[in-house]
Amino acid sequence: MHLLLAIFTGILYAAGIYMILRRSLVKLIIGLVLLGNGVNLLIFLMGSLVKGGPPIIPEASKVIEGPFDDPIPQALILTAIVISFGLQSFAIILLKRTYQVVKTDDLDEINTTDEFA
Amino acid sequence: MLTAVLSGFVAALVLPRVMHVLPRLQNLLWIAVPLGLCAWFATKIPAVARGEVLRESVAWVPSLGVNLDFVIDGLSLLFALMITGIGSLVFIYTSAYMKGHRELDKFYAYLSMFMASMLGLVLADGLMLMFVFWELTSISSFFLIGFKNSEEASRKSALTALAVTGVGGMGLLAAAVIAKSAMGTDSLEALSASGEILREGPLSGLLIALVFLAAFTKSAQFPFHFWLPGAMKAPTPVSTYLHSATMVKAGIFLLLRFSPGLNGAPLWNDALMIVGGFTMAYAAVTALFKTDMKSILAYTTISALGVLTFLIGIGTSAALTAALVFILVHATYKATLFLVTGIVDHETGTRDVTALRGLRKVMMPVAAAAVIAALSSAGLPLSFGFIGKDLIYESTLEFWGNGALNLGLVLTAVALITNVFLLHAGFVVGIRPFSGKMPDRFSDLHLPSPLMWVPPLILAVLCLLFGLVPALLESGIVHPSLAALGFEAEPALKLWHGFNTVLLLSGVTLALGTAVYFAVRPSEKLEAALDRWAHISPETVFRKGSHLFRLFSRKWTLFFQNGYLRYYVLMILIVLTGLIGSRMSGAIDLNVNILTLLNLSAYEIAIAILLIIGITVTVFTGSRLTAVLGMGVVGYSICLFFVFYSAPDLAMTQFTIDTLTVILFVLVLYRLPRYLKLSDMRSRARDWVIASVFGFMLTLIALAAVEEGTNRETSEYYADNAYLLAKGKNIVNVILVDFRGTDTMVEIVVLGVAAVGVFSLLKLRLKKPDVK
Repeated sequence: MHLLLAIFTGILYAAGIYMILRRSLVKLIIGLVLLGNGVNLLIFLMGSLVKGGPPIIPEASKVIEGPFDDPIPQALILTAIVISFGLQSFAIILLKRTYQVVKTDDLDEINTTDEFA
Repeated sequence: MLTAVLSGFVAALVLPRVMHVLPRLQNLLWIAVPLGLCAWFATKIPAVARGEVLRESVAWVPSLGVNLDFVIDGLSLLFALMITGIGSLVFIYTSAYMKGHRELDKFYAYLSMFMASMLGLVLADGLMLMFVFWELTSISSFFLIGFKNSEEASRKSALTALAVTGVGGMGLLAAAVIAKSAMGTDSLEALSASGEILREGPLSGLLIALVFLAAFTKSAQFPFHFWLPGAMKAPTPVSTYLHSATMVKAGIFLLLRFSPGLNGAPLWNDALMIVGGFTMAYAAVTALFKTDMKSILAYTTISALGVLTFLIGIGTSAALTAALVFILVHATYKATLFLVTGIVDHETGTRDVTALRGLRKVMMPVAAAAVIAALSSAGLPLSFGFIGKDLIYESTLEFWGNGALNLGLVLTAVALITNVFLLHAGFVVGIRPFSGKMPDRFSDLHLPSPLMWVPPLILAVLCLLFGLVPALLESGIVHPSLAALGFEAEPALKLWHGFNTVLLLSGVTLALGTAVYFAVRPSEKLEAALDRWAHISPETVFRKGSHLFRLFSRKWTLFFQNGYLRYYVLMILIVLTGLIGSRMSGAIDLNVNILTLLNLSAYEIAIAILLIIGITVTVFTGSRLTAVLGMGVVGYSICLFFVFYSAPDLAMTQFTIDTLTVILFVLVLYRLPRYLKLSDMRSRARDWVIASVFGFMLTLIALAAVEEGTNRETSEYYADNAYLLAKGKNIVNVILVDFRGTDTMVEIVVLGVAAVGVFSLLKLRLKKPDVK
């Protein structure tokens, strides 16, 4: 259902961007996660969206038969999910350290390097 | 020729590095550079006199059509000889003037770099190449003007000069681009041969304006003249070399190069005559009010450059002959006077003409050189200046009785006024400090090293020699140069023309000038009188302009580089939306049937609702824990989408990763500050609008892309060969670990790096001082 997925891609982008535009560091990271999901859906849309046709060759045969979902977007998304996990976990830990050091997660208070003492 | 041009740069690079090995030979080695070049160019005189044009071409950037095309014709030879000849004398003079200076090798290196750039400029045939050297002269002169970099005034003057001449350089670059694109070539030779295209081509007006901008800034024409008096902050050898004999003539050279092609275009001649005429009269009169020898000379230089511009504007054969001769006349006497000024300054410690008197008693040879130069600048018979002045009057008189206003009368009058005041200025600098009664405090002065007083004396002798035997220059230099400008040479350089109007005018000039010299004594009062006008001078306008520009760029920077992440993101989004939106509007023809949404199965609808709830909760909740859980719900819903649309691997990965992220978040959460709404309603509404517009646009892009369809050739290949080649049945897995195995390996490395980062951040124990 292309239309449905396209609409959700848009909604996820909008929600992600809105969260990125907040002042809180936590919201920024949540925004990144939402945006990442939106990107994955967008790539997924470029496949053929077949129901019940996973790109897996049946036990008995040597080549795939019948309609099957495009494997390349899937491979790309798989990579993307894993990489974004790396990014997210790093960001979350960084957030924790930042808060320990500067005692705030308000981006407006940590936008210079030389003010806090 | 390439070697000749490069040798100066090579010397500037290599010699300072080997200096400590041969400290005794230092001066000798440096002086050998211009001297050798001068000799080399002198050997080209016979060939050029025969009418040959020597060329050399080396490929540089052939793909852009930019090559190192050098050409020696009469005009470039004249300039090359002047650059290397006066260069030699200046290098010799420097060896004594700057003796013992800590950074002498640096000074020589800049001078040598400058000389090489100047040579490249006059030998270049293409405008692009000329631009490169043009900028190099600006840059090397920046270092030379600011050589005393511990003084604020020096630094300021250097920056002003760089800014003004740099703007002109940009003009030249633009002119080169226009010539190349609109006229098909940037070769000066080809351009001047195709004068009609140049005069009437599509962009000819713009081209002329840009050439003017370049020439007027470099050659210090009104209103860009103010950088030149400022440049006098440089050590005297620099003032002599750059700001009287060579660099400021670069603009004149450019005008001369364009003159065969553009002469006759109304804009060209009128503009040059007006700008040149005004500049020469204005600067000559201004010199009257100055008391610093260098300032006086600076204004007379501006005036002389005005004369040259004016003559190029007149554009007749006589006028261009006059211009060529006057270039040499001016170079010889002005260099002499500057060198003399340097000696006086060096010995007495002042350049104030109101204080300097009677110096002939202690430095006779210097006084002799100065007086001869002053007489040449005054145009006294038997001096080289006389010939120059005659030719100027001759060319203005050609227009006598022309037009209702009598153009000839106007031109001659302007020339007369200029010459009268130039004569006065020459006398004030060249005669006044040496005549009269010497104050006692100068009595124990003595003559400096011959290395200092011989160069000006040589130049002074040349002033006399060329004046007495002008034929020396005629066939070798002046005629080939004239030929390069597209005119038949006629024997014109004569010492004696008989009794005619020209001689009468010369007489009037001499009489009036001498009268002014005796009537007006340079004094501080006069200088103060001029200062009252300072608030409307172009220099003030320039300073205010650059101040405003700095204010503007500060505001601009603070507006865009404000340090708030969200405003950067906002700006990027707005620009991106604008760009993509304007490109998309009308270009996309979507064929979407909303009704297909009604055919959704029950489970699809269920997931969609779940997803919407998840997103809403995540964005609007006031609790951080709820937000993270909502985020998890979003991830799981997408995971379900993957299940339904035949992507089991994705579903598994998404499920695992989403769970891990949520757990990680929750583990970290309890140490975080309160989850607050920090922004006000207005900015939230603004962000919503921008985010929604962007999201909507993305939906449209996605739909358009889907409609376009994808090429499945690669996918089919992978699907067909997954088992046959890689012995795997799950195609996605085979792609990841086999076909694109290297990519996956790199991905693992990335994850490893992230893991190391996470680990070290967790283990990091900041000590108290580090926190601060």
